Amino acid sequence: MKIGVFVCHCGTNISHTVDVEEVAKAAAKLPNVHFATTYKYMCSSPGQALIADSIKEKGLDRIVVSACSPSLHEKTFRKCLEEAGINPYLVEMANIREHCSWVHSDRAQATKKAIELVKLSVAKVSRSKPLSKSFIPIEKRVLVIGGGISGIQAALDVSFAKFPVVMVEKEPSIGGKMAKFDKTFPTLDCAACILTPKMVGVAQNKYVTMHTFSEVVEVSGHVGDFTVKIKKKARSVDLKKCTGCGACYAKCPVKVTSEFDEGLGKRKAIYVPFPQAVPNVPVIDRNACLWFTKKTCGLCKKVCAIGAIDYDQEDEIIEEKFGAIIVATGFKQFDHSVYGEYGYGKFKDVVTGMHFERMANSSGPTGGKIVRPSDGKEALDVVFIQCVGSRDEQKGVPYCSRVCCMYTAKHATLLREHNKNAQAYVFYIDVRAAGKNYEEFVKKAQDEYGAVYLRGRVSRVFEKGGKLIVRGADTLSGSQIEIKADLVVLANGLIAQDDATTIAQMLHIQYDKNRLFTEAHPKLAPVETITSGIFLTGACQSPKDIPDTVATASAASVKALGLMVHDKLEKDPLVARTNNDLCSGCKACYLACPYSAIEMVEIEDRKLKRKRMVSRVIEGVCAGCGNCTAVCRMGAIDVEGFTNRQIMRQIEAL
Amino acid sequence: MSALGTDSMKDDKKMAADGGFEPNIVGFLCNWCSYAGADLAGTSRMQYPPNVKIIRVPCSGRVNPLFILKCLMDGADGVLISGCHIGDCHYSEGNYYARRRFAVLKNFLEYIGIDPRRFQMSWVSAAEGDKWAKVVKEVVEDIRNAGPNTISAEKK
Ligand SMILES: Cc1cc2nc3c(=O)[nH]c(=O)nc-3n(C[C@H](O)[C@H](O)[C@H](O)COP(=O)(O)OP(=O)(O)OC[C@H]3O[C@@H](n4cnc5c(N)ncnc54)[C@H](O)[C@@H]3O)c2cc1C
Ligand code: FES
Repeated sequence: MKIGVFVCHCGTNISHTVDVEEVAKAAAKLPNVHFATTYKYMCSSPGQALIADSIKEKGLDRIVVSACSPSLHEKTFRKCLEEAGINPYLVEMANIREHCSWVHSDRAQATKKAIELVKLSVAKVSRSKPLSKSFIPIEKRVLVIGGGISGIQAALDVSFAKFPVVMVEKEPSIGGKMAKFDKTFPTLDCAACILTPKMVGVAQNKYVTMHTFSEVVEVSGHVGDFTVKIKKKARSVDLKKCTGCGACYAKCPVKVTSEFDEGLGKRKAIYVPFPQAVPNVPVIDRNACLWFTKKTCGLCKKVCAIGAIDYDQEDEIIEEKFGAIIVATGFKQFDHSVYGEYGYGKFKDVVTGMHFERMANSSGPTGGKIVRPSDGKEALDVVFIQCVGSRDEQKGVPYCSRVCCMYTAKHATLLREHNKNAQAYVFYIDVRAAGKNYEEFVKKAQDEYGAVYLRGRVSRVFEKGGKLIVRGADTLSGSQIEIKADLVVLANGLIAQDDATTIAQMLHIQYDKNRLFTEAHPKLAPVETITSGIFLTGACQSPKDIPDTVATASAASVKALGLMVHDKLEKDPLVARTNNDLCSGCKACYLACPYSAIEMVEIEDRKLKRKRMVSRVIEGVCAGCGNCTAVCRMGAIDVEGFTNRQIMRQIEAL
Repeated sequence: MSALGTDSMKDDKKMAADGGFEPNIVGFLCNWCSYAGADLAGTSRMQYPPNVKIIRVPCSGRVNPLFILKCLMDGADGVLISGCHIGDCHYSEGNYYARRRFAVLKNFLEYIGIDPRRFQMSWVSAAEGDKWAKVVKEVVEDIRNAGPNTISAEKK
């Protein structure tokens, strides 16, 4: 073994407090050190050339660079070694700048410490092994989970680059929440007008395969090579045959409340959730259908001329491979039943923002009229209550849901547009309108649409003489107020979907205390997750409006496409590895691994002449944290680059 | 008196020129937070005593309890483990393991008669150069007060 030690002056950054010549002299005396020298700037081209030349001339096979932090130049020197013809993982850096010359001023002490740090690195490199980078082949297909606006945008962006996309949506149609809206802030574009073309764009795209009424049930593998099981729930209608003529649901005699209309309207037992549904193929609700409940009726089958109705269809599980996954599962509205004071559930005319959207929508259950659900009369005085569930650590969630101030301003505007005699009152805590043209939009709702904004909380809603009395404080005037309202609309916050934790566990991604999926870095990696190859978009990561949702969808697509353009992915070899001879199969590492990168496999033990279980590291998933090694009682699992042998040798050197 | 009994004995080798005791401390720092925090202390030119020699590890959860025992057996006067703040571990859970594991180890060390000041833990983020400098100062002071570790001398 011939170790070379290269001590850097870093101009005078190191040499003014550390006697670099002294360090080199001391290094030369260390075991296995064959050569030690100093240079002004080791990272410069001549500095690197000095290392490369010394490797060749003096036959050095391991290198210690005593300079700055490895976070700055470890890569530089690895490359330098590689070019000089030795394994790039046989270099160690001794950080005598950030950890020594810059933090100490006594020259003698600093020099002494620098020598110790070099000793540590020499000790470590003497136990280093040559490692080679591994390559992971990439399956060039992207899975998008969720078919709301975020999933739709992501699918369109990926398909534009001509990579195949599979979209899985659990509802019978794609579109998500946006499909329910009438108009969208801050421009008041009609939601359907801007969404429907995108939905159709997905359906007609030859690169996109849609699985609606489907769910992802199992995910295994790692970046570049995910294996995913998708459950296609029985639709009872043949997707290929159906032309969407609508004869079946016209004839169906069973009426149940419509989920899409938030319970305000009815649908049939065989139904498309809304007229612009994509795919425009109905689904049978087997809990309501007479054929499935009583084996009677069968009308839909009779009227379907092309025989698309299939009562015998069964759930089907398909398995597909993907290189990357985009998660776009969206949000759920906060359940306000914890706020008894608002009277939801007790009074029919207390509704949520989503109900308002459906009423305002001309193809909705009220034909675009804002009415009192109790008696169907048009609502004139409407009170909006903001921050329902949001910014309430006791009963709700601590965060601001970001869109409620805006959608309430939209509702106040729409109310007046639908009925010029109507009056909106908005109880707010703060108005948060931080987007482009948002503040202006809220101001317009007040100035041009006459919305009255009242700063304060509502203490109680009760019924009196057929009207709802909303009692609250106006903290600006310091007075108690009571408003006689026809309708009360709650601006419920946005929260994680019910199955968010199940999805997160299936994908091995993180979620926060509010069950929202966690990005890899809040600022610098907002659409990535700590599991490489899995990306986030839309409201499943945090409440977002449509512009932000679309932006993150495009961002996630770029990240996925960044993988797709490669044939294989280079993987740092600094990962864990199991020594089968030592492994007792105790599973401690398997349980400790934060990435589920360890699987238990059966091997044939030739010595014992029997089969036994050992742990195996899935290289593509392992991040090299080393938590497995610390729990291994047998010392059977070790992490390359920071092996037990290396660290023990370092300790001995001190 | 502790089981190994010799915490108050003085080891001549460890005396600095001016007669004060300069402890030799090993620091295991996770790569993502504490090591970067120590780097930041450097870039910000914060001054602290030179007694801690840093061994870089991927995560505080990488540190095997044996490493600490080995340090102390081999004569280090103290060991410091530093990782990301709880909840901020780059590998999300590593420091939870570390925290639990080393809470137990600390009790154990005390039980077998090793001054608990010799083994310390801290959570220093990549943005806390100042905290790193402070931690080093405190730990060095603590261990200076604990006196030289003489276990290795006894071993011989
Ligand atoms: C009342 C209200 C009004 C709003 N008005 C506006 C507005 O005017 N302008 C604006 O910019 N924003 C508005 N927003 C915000 C807007 O709704 C969101 O920005 C947008 O819907 C986020 O899109 P998404 O795709 O992330 O989520 P979603 O719209 O929630 O879509 C998620 C999709 O994923 C599917 N899914 C969920 N889980 C799974 C699973 N496990 N497997 C498969 N599929 C799954 C869902 O069925 C759904 O189709 C409003 C919000 C509310 C509540
Ligand atoms: S990476 Fe810092 S403690 Fe795990």
